[in-house]
Amino acid sequence: MKATKHIKTLNNANLKESAAKGGCGECQASCQSACKTSCTVANQKCERE
Amino acid sequence: MIHKYKLNGYNLCLDVHSGAVHVLDDIAYDVLDCCDENMTEQVPERVFQKLGQTYGREELEETYAALYELYQAGQLFSKDDYEQFADLMTRAPIKSMCLNISHDCNLRCEYCFAAKGDFGQGRCLMPLETAKKAIDFLIAHSGSRHHLEVDFFGGEPLMNFDVVKQTVEYARSIEKEHNKLFRFTITTNGLLLDDEKTAFINKEMNNVVMSLDGRKEVNDKLRVTPNGKGCYDIIVPKFQKLVASRGDKDYYIRGTFTTFSKDFTADVMHMKELGFEQLSIEPVVSDPKLDYSIKEDDLPRVFQEYERLAKTLIEMRKRGEYFNFFHFMIDLDQGPCAIKRLRGCGCGNEYVAVTPQGDIYPCHQFVGEEAYKMGNLHDGTFDNDMKLRFARANVYSKENCKNCWAKFYCSGGCNANNYQYEGDILKSHKVGCELEKKRLECAIMIKAALADQETDQPMDCDSGDCFAECR
Repeated sequence: MKATKHIKTLNNANLKESAAKGGCGECQASCQSACKTSCTVANQKCERE
Repeated sequence: MIHKYKLNGYNLCLDVHSGAVHVLDDIAYDVLDCCDENMTEQVPERVFQKLGQTYGREELEETYAALYELYQAGQLFSKDDYEQFADLMTRAPIKSMCLNISHDCNLRCEYCFAAKGDFGQGRCLMPLETAKKAIDFLIAHSGSRHHLEVDFFGGEPLMNFDVVKQTVEYARSIEKEHNKLFRFTITTNGLLLDDEKTAFINKEMNNVVMSLDGRKEVNDKLRVTPNGKGCYDIIVPKFQKLVASRGDKDYYIRGTFTTFSKDFTADVMHMKELGFEQLSIEPVVSDPKLDYSIKEDDLPRVFQEYERLAKTLIEMRKRGEYFNFFHFMIDLDQGPCAIKRLRGCGCGNEYVAVTPQGDIYPCHQFVGEEAYKMGNLHDGTFDNDMKLRFARANVYSKENCKNCWAKFYCSGGCNANNYQYEGDILKSHKVGCELEKKRLECAIMIKAALADQETDQPMDCDSGDCFAECR
């Protein structure tokens, strides 16, 4: 987390980096986790982490 | 593109294409209104014109400089350069399967999307030979993928539990020779759970999803047996026993809320009081004409309830009490990669559903839609053109998603909902989108609140001095 007087940034903002090394396809299909009727992908785990 | 909003006393900004999440004090939030994709080092005159009467010149310059620093670092108004990856997964193998082991159910839940268990195709159970062929199909189509997923689904899968067990045994017996590792999950209403089934599930299933809508009166209103009686009293002790002996393996208690239970925070809290910690409660997805449906008119009340639930979660965490709500889970640093976020669930491409008859569909929600039947295990057919069509359904091929701030979090939404309620897999299901966006706003706010707690820096944005401690 990085904080200045006016702004606190909560994360590393590494989405672009993840595109470069991503796409292995080993992670869970999101609908297999708990939902089955709605869609949330951002709560899935990366298999490589 | 950015998305800025105020929630629960926090001023928040998501920079969509870098994934950065910023918590701003009031002046930074206001100055950001005067900024766009073309920031310059010099403070634009419009900043002083618009905000000069509220804030001092020096303060405005200092704040703008802080925002400009983020812009330079690629964390504010960062560029959208992901479209080049949109078709990267069109040749992806199939790695995940919803195995409809039973098209029969011992409940008759009013809101069931599977036509009360049989998907409109007649009540039947999957024969073992079909289940084995499904496992063979998955292995044969999985290419180099190591992890393969099978969710035993229905209907009610426990009605065909011998086949569930034998299917797991079969998959385990051949996974090593094919260099695969099966991860099994099961979704159950719990009625037929006993000690033997519980032990098997806890040994073999990576995740178990147990259906319960929360409070007894809420659950029993719509989750009823064929003779119309509620199932709460039968299932709750069985779920408690299963969870108590599950160790640290994943599970979810999963409910559905309808327009009759828009106060669903009480249902989540009830699940927690029953001793469950991994919780999910989801909006019913149904024809708006049905009386229990969540309709556009319901959205303001549902939004209010998501906020209430988010605040409850924060308060409980502050008291050291824990529960996890599936739709508020978000990992801002190590979530799924951007490639995955472009297309979401992967239905029809990396993920398929198989019926007791051996028919293959893009996912469980397409089952019974004849136009979306992809093939059959017994005659060996499989529609690769349809696979390609689903593979190309991504946030850039969906007009409403391309410029939506939430596109990397819902990843284009549910293709089945899009088809069923908007008539096209590429047209976003409006109610679903609005709900998803609200959940995301809440999830991000929770992160800000918990980060506040970790650093012991209570925020009071109204004072205009949020980050005085950080100087």
